Amino acid sequence: MNTSTAHAPAHPTAAAHADAHEHHEPGFWQKYIFSTDHKVIGIQYALTSLLFLFFGFLLMLAMRAQLANPGQPIPLIGHALQSVLGDDMANNGVMQADLYNVFGAMHGTIMVFLAIVPILFGAFGNYVTPLQIGAPDMAFPRLNMASFHLYFLGGIVMLASFFIPGGAAKSGWTSYSPLATINDPVHVINGQTLWLVGMVLLITSSLLGAVNFITTIIQLRAKGMTWMRMPFFVWAQFVTAFLLLLAFPPLEAAGIMQLVDNVLKTSFFLPSGLVVNGQQLAVSGGGSPLLWQHLFWFLAHPEVYVLILPAMGIVSEVIANNTRKPLWGYKSLVYASLSIGFLAFIVWAHHMYLTGMGTRISTFFQTTTMMISIPSVIILTALFISLWGGSIRFNTPMLFALAFLPMFGIGGLTGLPLGFNASDIILHDSYYVIAHFHYVVAPGTIFGIFAGIYFWFPKATGRFMNETLGKIHFVGSLICMNLIFAPMFIQGLHGMSRRMYDGGTTYFGSGVGLDPEILHLNTFITHAAAALGFFQLFFIVNFFVSMVGGKRVTSDNPWQATTLDWQTPTPPPHGNFTTEPIALRGPYEYSVPGAKVDFTPQNQVI
Amino acid sequence: MEIPYTVKPRPDTGLYNAKVGIWLFLASEVMLFGALFSSYILLRVGAPDGFWPDVATGWPHGLLNIPIGTFNTAVLIASSVTVVMAWAALKAGNFAKFKGFMIFTVLCAFSFLGIKSYEYNEKFTHYVVRMKDGTAVTGHFDHEFLHGFLEKANDRREKKNVELREINAKAKAEGKSEKDLLPHLSNRFLTLDKFSEESTESVKMLVDIPSAFRYPVGTKPVAVEATAKDGEHAEPGGHVEKEIKLADVQSLAAFIPSTATFFAIYFTMTALHGLHVLGGALILGYFAFFGKKMWKEEPERLTNRVEVAGLFWHFVDLVWIFLFPVVYLL
Repeated sequence: MNTSTAHAPAHPTAAAHADAHEHHEPGFWQKYIFSTDHKVIGIQYALTSLLFLFFGFLLMLAMRAQLANPGQPIPLIGHALQSVLGDDMANNGVMQADLYNVFGAMHGTIMVFLAIVPILFGAFGNYVTPLQIGAPDMAFPRLNMASFHLYFLGGIVMLASFFIPGGAAKSGWTSYSPLATINDPVHVINGQTLWLVGMVLLITSSLLGAVNFITTIIQLRAKGMTWMRMPFFVWAQFVTAFLLLLAFPPLEAAGIMQLVDNVLKTSFFLPSGLVVNGQQLAVSGGGSPLLWQHLFWFLAHPEVYVLILPAMGIVSEVIANNTRKPLWGYKSLVYASLSIGFLAFIVWAHHMYLTGMGTRISTFFQTTTMMISIPSVIILTALFISLWGGSIRFNTPMLFALAFLPMFGIGGLTGLPLGFNASDIILHDSYYVIAHFHYVVAPGTIFGIFAGIYFWFPKATGRFMNETLGKIHFVGSLICMNLIFAPMFIQGLHGMSRRMYDGGTTYFGSGVGLDPEILHLNTFITHAAAALGFFQLFFIVNFFVSMVGGKRVTSDNPWQATTLDWQTPTPPPHGNFTTEPIALRGPYEYSVPGAKVDFTPQNQVI
Repeated sequence: MEIPYTVKPRPDTGLYNAKVGIWLFLASEVMLFGALFSSYILLRVGAPDGFWPDVATGWPHGLLNIPIGTFNTAVLIASSVTVVMAWAALKAGNFAKFKGFMIFTVLCAFSFLGIKSYEYNEKFTHYVVRMKDGTAVTGHFDHEFLHGFLEKANDRREKKNVELREINAKAKAEGKSEKDLLPHLSNRFLTLDKFSEESTESVKMLVDIPSAFRYPVGTKPVAVEATAKDGEHAEPGGHVEKEIKLADVQSLAAFIPSTATFFAIYFTMTALHGLHVLGGALILGYFAFFGKKMWKEEPERLTNRVEVAGLFWHFVDLVWIFLFPVVYLL
C-alpha cells in the first residue's frame, strides 16, 4: 500500500540526511500527532495507555476506600465526585451503589481495553516488533496511525460517558444482557450506549492493528530472519495479533446487537416475559441472554492470552539478556505459544458453568481448559530453567521479569480450581476469582510491562532510568501486590461475593455468618492498595525525570543484547536502520564459546 | 530504508503486502458475519414455540419479497463479474475499458442499495394489528389515515410527556434520585403502543391474504377470505379491504426491528451488509474516477489496489449469497 505519505518522496537513508535537509523536517503536528512512524505511534500508545492505567488504578482506589469504610465519604476526592457526578452518585461524598457499579465496570473496561492491551500490543508491539525483525516500519504506516486515532477516540468516548446523565456503564466490564439493556431506562443515550460505541471504536482499532502486525511479521522480516530466528517477543506478538484478529469480531457483532437492543428496542438478548420492577417489559422478547455470554467470552477468553502472551515475550527478552545465555527451549516456547493461540478459541465457556448450559458442554470446556494449562506451564518452566546456570544481572528490568514468574505461577495455578466445573460452582463470583485473575494481570502482566519499560527506555530516549528509584519501585510493588491480592483468596474461600458495594457489611449484619476477621481484611487490603499507589510515584517521577536527566547511554546497545532492535542508532531514526540488517543467526547467541564477548548480535559478521 | 514489497511480491511468500493484509482483514470479516449467522441460528433454534410471527416454530416464513431478493442477488453477482473484468482490463493495459467495467460495477452496487431501500420501506409501511380478542392481521393502511393517526398519537404522547415531566419535576424537588423518575415516551416508529380506549373511529385496512399471524399463543387466525368485498375472489398474495374498529385494537406495529426477533436480525444483518456494499462501492468508484493519475505514474500499483478491492467486493458478494437463502428462503 501507500508508503510515501506525508514525507513526500522519502529519502533513502533518512538517518544520515535528516539533519542536513531541514526543509524536509515535518512540523509538530506531523511529527507527533499525525505521525506514521511506528516508533512515534508506539510512544503515543505508551503515554496514553499509561495514563489510562493510572486512571483505572484511581477508580480502584476509590472503590477500595468505599469497601474499607462503607458509608463514609471517600477521602480527598469525595466532595469533588459529588460536585462533578451529582448527588445520585456521591451524596455528601459517600459512594452510592450506582457509582460503585460505574467504577467497577469502568475499572475493568479501562484496564483491559484501554490500558493493558494498548501498552502490550500498541506500545511495545509497535515500537519493538519492526526493530526486532529488521523492518524499516510497519507494513501499513497510515493504517497504524488510524489504529491509534481510533483507540484514542474510543478512550475519549469512554471517559465522556462518566459525565452524561445517568453516568457511565454500570453492568460490569462483561455487560451481561439483560442487565446492560434495562438498568438505565430513563436515558435513551446512556452510559451503556456510549460504552458500546467506545468498544466498537476500540475493536476496530485492534483489528486494524492486528492486520498490520501479522502482515509486517510475514512480509517485512529482514534477509535471513527466518521464522525460527525471530525473537520470542515477535512470536508472542504474532500469536496475539491472530487472537485479536479472530476473536474480536464476534464481540463487535455482539456489541452491535446490544446497541440495537438498547437503542431500537429489539430483543436479541431479552427473553420472553421479562419482568422489570414488577412490570412486563414492552419488548417483543424471544431473545437469548446466553447468546451474549457466548459471544462475549468468545472474545474475552482469548483476550486473557492477549493480556499475558506479550508480557511473556517481554520477560523472555529480559531474561535471556540478563542471564547472558540463550533461552532454554526456544522452540518449545514457540510451539507452546502457538498451541495457546489455538486452544484459546475453544475454552471460552468455562466462564459460564453457572449458567445452566448443561453438564456435557461443561465437560467439554473443562477438558479443553485443562489442556490449555499445559502450554502455559511449558512456557513458565522453560523460562525458569533459562535461569539455571546463568550469571544473572539483577538490574531493575530483570527484577521485574524474575518476579513475573512466580506471580504468574500463582495466578495460573489458582485458575485450575476455576477451570473445574465442580469447584468453580463454589468459587464463582467470589473474591477468589478476583484474586486469581489479578495475580495473572497485575503482578503478572503489569510487572512484565514495567520490565519492558525499564528495558527499552534507553533505546527510545537514549537515557537509562534511575536504578535506585527503580528498585524501590520494584520492592514496594512486589510486596504491596501480594498484600492486596493474597488476602482476597482467603475472603473468596470464605464465600465473600465480589459484587457487594458495601464490602460485605450487609452479609455480616444479616447473620449469614461471614467471619468478622474476613471482613476486616477489607481495611487491610485498602491500606495495601494505597501503599501500592505510593510506590508508583517513584516510577512516575523516575519515568519523566529520566527522560531529560537520566544517565546517558554510552553505546547503541547498552544492555549488550543480541537482537536487532539494539543494532540501530539511539533513538532509531525514521526508517530505523542505517544499513540493511541481515540476520545471520538465532536471536539469543549469548556466551558463545570462543567468542570475544558474551553476546553475538544477530547481524554481526564474524 | 523504504518499506519493501508494497508493489512487487516478496519472493518467499509470493504476495505483496496489501494482499496479505486484505486476506487477514477478510478473515476477521468472516468472524464478524460468522458470529451474526451463528446468532441467527441460535435465536431461531431457541425461539420459543407459540411465538409471533409464526406460532408453530416461532420463526416466520414468506415475510420477505423473494422475487426482488432474487433480482438483487443477480445484480450483485453481475457486479462481481464486472469487477474481475475491470481488473483484467487493467492487466491488459486498457484503462478506458477498466473505467467502463468499474462504473458498471458501481452502478450495480447502488442499484442493489436502491432496491434494498425499497424493500426496507415496504417493511416499514407494513403493519401487524393485534386485536383485543387475541387475533391479529397484517396489511397496509391508507396513507392519509396513517398520517392523521400518527399526528393524533404524537399529540397524545406529548400530552402524556408533559404530565410525566411535571411528575418528574415534582419527584426531583422532593429529593428522589434520578433513577426513580418515570421514562418519557419516545416518538420512535409506531410500535406496541396501546391504542386509545375511547376511540369510536374505525379505519380501512388492506389486509394481506393469507394473514395467518396469531398473537399471543393459541389464538385463532382471522378468516380473511370470507370478508372479500363484492363477491370478488381473493387471491393469495393479494389484499382485501377490511374495516377495523380502533376500540378493538390492542396494538399496532410496523415490520421494524423491535416488532420481532426475526426482523431484528434481518435488519441488522442486511444493514451491516449494506454498509459494506456502500463502502466497497465508494472505494471502487474512487479508483474508476480518480485512478487515472496513479495509472500514469504507477500502473502496477493501481492494478494491485483494484485486485485487493476486488477481493473485498467478492467477499461482500459472498456474504449476500449466504444471506439471501438464510433470511429469504429458509
